[in-house]
Amino acid sequence: MKSLEIERSLPRFAAARLAAVLGSGRGAGIGPLRLVEGATPELPGADWSLVHPRLSGICGSDLSTIDGRTSRYFEALVSFPFVPGHEVVATMDEPGRTAQGSVAAAESRVVLEPVLGCVARGIEPRCAACATGRTGDCEHVAFGHLSPGLQTGFCCDTGGGWSAAGIAAHESQLHLVPEAMSDEDAVTVEPLACAIHAVLGAGIDDGDVVAVIGAGTLGLLVTAAAGHLSSTGAMATPASLLVGARYVHQRRWAERFGATGALDAEQLARAVRRRSRSLALGASAVGAERLTGGADIVFDCVGSAASIEAALDMVRPRGRVVLVGMPGRLHLDLAALWHREVALVGAYAYGTEKVRGEHGPTSVRTFDLAFEAAAALGTGRLVSATYPIERFEEALAHAGAAGRRGAVKIAFDLRSARRGTTKGPTT
Amino acid sequence: MSRRPGFVLEVDRSTPPTLFWNGEGYGLERLPEGSRVIYAPEPIDALEDPIGAIRHALNNPYGDSAPLPSLLRAGMKLTICFDDISLPLPPMESPDIRQMVIEEVLEMAAAAGVDDVVLVAALALHRRMTEPELRHALGDRVYDAFAPHGLLTQHDAEDPENLLYIGQTDEGEDVEINKRAATSDLLVYVNINLVAMDGGHKSVATGLASYKSLRHHHNPQTMRHSRSFMDAPASELHTSNWRMGRLIAESGVKVFQIETTLNTDTFPSQFAFLQKREWEWNVRDRATFAASSAALAGAPTRYKRRLFHSIKAPHAMTSVQAGEVEAVHAITTANVWEQQGVEVEGQTDILTMGLPYICPYNVNSIMNPILVACLGLGYFFNLYRNKPLVREGGVLILKHPTPWEFDPAFHPSYIDFFEQVLAETTDPVLMHKQFEASYANDPWYIHLYRTGHAYHGVHPFYMWYWCAHALEHLGRVIIVGGDQKAVRRLGFSPASTLDDALEMARDVVGPSPTLTHLHNPPIMMADVR
Repeated sequence: MKSLEIERSLPRFAAARLAAVLGSGRGAGIGPLRLVEGATPELPGADWSLVHPRLSGICGSDLSTIDGRTSRYFEALVSFPFVPGHEVVATMDEPGRTAQGSVAAAESRVVLEPVLGCVARGIEPRCAACATGRTGDCEHVAFGHLSPGLQTGFCCDTGGGWSAAGIAAHESQLHLVPEAMSDEDAVTVEPLACAIHAVLGAGIDDGDVVAVIGAGTLGLLVTAAAGHLSSTGAMATPASLLVGARYVHQRRWAERFGATGALDAEQLARAVRRRSRSLALGASAVGAERLTGGADIVFDCVGSAASIEAALDMVRPRGRVVLVGMPGRLHLDLAALWHREVALVGAYAYGTEKVRGEHGPTSVRTFDLAFEAAAALGTGRLVSATYPIERFEEALAHAGAAGRRGAVKIAFDLRSARRGTTKGPTT
Repeated sequence: MSRRPGFVLEVDRSTPPTLFWNGEGYGLERLPEGSRVIYAPEPIDALEDPIGAIRHALNNPYGDSAPLPSLLRAGMKLTICFDDISLPLPPMESPDIRQMVIEEVLEMAAAAGVDDVVLVAALALHRRMTEPELRHALGDRVYDAFAPHGLLTQHDAEDPENLLYIGQTDEGEDVEINKRAATSDLLVYVNINLVAMDGGHKSVATGLASYKSLRHHHNPQTMRHSRSFMDAPASELHTSNWRMGRLIAESGVKVFQIETTLNTDTFPSQFAFLQKREWEWNVRDRATFAASSAALAGAPTRYKRRLFHSIKAPHAMTSVQAGEVEAVHAITTANVWEQQGVEVEGQTDILTMGLPYICPYNVNSIMNPILVACLGLGYFFNLYRNKPLVREGGVLILKHPTPWEFDPAFHPSYIDFFEQVLAETTDPVLMHKQFEASYANDPWYIHLYRTGHAYHGVHPFYMWYWCAHALEHLGRVIIVGGDQKAVRRLGFSPASTLDDALEMARDVVGPSPTLTHLHNPPIMMADVR
């Protein structure tokens, strides 16, 4: 069965890094990613199931890995060779239990919650984070009976979504997909869960000015999550939800998903200044690039030095910058962070969230919220094109240039691969 | 040869192509046979002795006002207010009319022993003038005598310490004006009445007012009911200003109004062909046109902008009158009409205009897309009396490059207005309700208005309200040669050529439309019968 596999090869990582200068995703041809005949992964235990991917998304962190741009921080948290792909909707190979405790029939569809925490690793007692449902913060992702791997898609034992050979998934990772939900909606549940986790963890209050830098998949899903959760009363309602987007189609999506202002990326600081009624400072004051006040919360969904510095320039004193996009090693001027006492926090994965309820705050699994939001918002519409696994170079180039090519989310379509046939890209 | 009045030409086979302004440039367009072209009257002769005429006007006022010398006495508080950089257009050659008039007023004040004199540039919500602009308007002698001592000021509509609330009109309009002016023993206002809209009670009630006061007439409702705002009796804008002006007078503010009119001598001799009728161009005119248009076509925009904004018009004063506001203004308006009025028979299906590089709000700056709209749909569209040149449901075709470009120092709130407000709505009423207050009260815009050279935060809204009547009246607006994205953002249709625009217009007004071209500048006013 065809699989895409990433091997540990420093020369290949170096070559990918060079190729990526030409554009994101260009490392696919000469980098550490290879198309191989993959073996079906062995199930590590009785509480594991084999699932067959149907759609598997291409994430920004995947592109970073393929292009050799990922921080070396992750070296100890992955195990080679691994099959990428952690945004997955799949079918059960045989009947098996799911995270909700129910039994899913063979061929029923499931979405993978890819974090490999204490439960999946068979570690008892669980770490403090897993014990309280914060599986994304698990302290044991490099321990237990599995090889290191913070998620499925980064662990050599489990397989990953970019493979027709299947994935070994722990029952705590499997969520049954409702009958009425499309595969496209289902494949966006995982990134939507990331967005929901970022939004609910940001501490948004009623009346806040919230800015989102970047309107790729994550930026749009953060916007959608904020819009949806505030409209359903699950969280506070910001006064302004401003999104800076480079491309027109991204601005349209942001507006559909509840942005009160969807602007050209260069105009975002000006809009934040307007909504927060701030003044501007410095030589570029007329361009409103460094504000005296600013947004209460800024979500950086890009993760570059420029985007983080832009976020620090447009957040208010004692405001919060949430890094949703995965950063790497960066050269940053943090004077504004120090001087304005800004909180710079990361937002990774998911687990359990606190949401507003009729009788006070209640705890809900992030994936449960994500399923509900994906169905309500139709986030599957963001899946712009799918490719068979054999055409991975085209798929990754498309994903790397998604914004420029009018796309948002690119995914591998393995529905026919399992039957032994392939087809061209579907857009 | 005696001065020729305005003229409406009917285009036939022998008619040469017609000059169209196109921002920082111009070109020739061949109009369909049967089209009409409206030409401005030739310039009225200048006053032979302008200084003598000014003295005469100050000594022989209209209405119930006493001569200026008799109103001046030692120990009094005198404030002289004057029109800002928005007038005249293009800026006139030195000496500027303001300099000539103010020097005479100061001579009389000095003779009477008045030593508490302050000059105030009546900015309303316009940008502050720069030192070179003030020097040009007032002359070095006046500038150097007043500015170093802080006695040359610019009205600050956001300075609560220097605003005085006068009261409310019968219609509930708040009247709040410059405190120094309002508490002076005499307020002398020096006008340049370039068009019929200028002057009258609008000088003080608008030029020296605060936002709190201005918002009562600078709004979509008022502008939609000003038909046109160049014709005071039919203008709700003026009716409101007149109510305010009368309240100001009743409150005890003594205004001595000085109004001046200009002729249509708009361009210096090297650009003389721009104010000639095309069939009268001589060999030199044709050569100048060909050489200059070729040079401009290849020149960088920055260079062209600098070139055109360096033009000083040879405008000459044709009349000066002083005294009581309403009596003075009636004569001024008649004089403006005498210079600019052109009788036009009937309306047209399509009205075409070439828009030049300048409007009242981009002197020494960029004509951004909002100002393009304002010049075309606000000013030029409203250059009529009785009824608009174009029929209701008709099409307006403008020619201008309409660059997506803004001056960040002069027009900071315009950038946000274009990016954020127009992206959401082009409806003046809706934007008035949803956005105006937040722009008007934005502390950063207020800061830039007060300390820099920025138009007030609310100003782009006013520019759009200026278009409100046209937006309601027209079936379609087409801009030829404009930046397509910018034109669409304005809610208009872009066209590459005039022929394309005419084809698009026929979709709206039918297959055999009538067409009229407003050959402006020089400025004219159409009296549509």
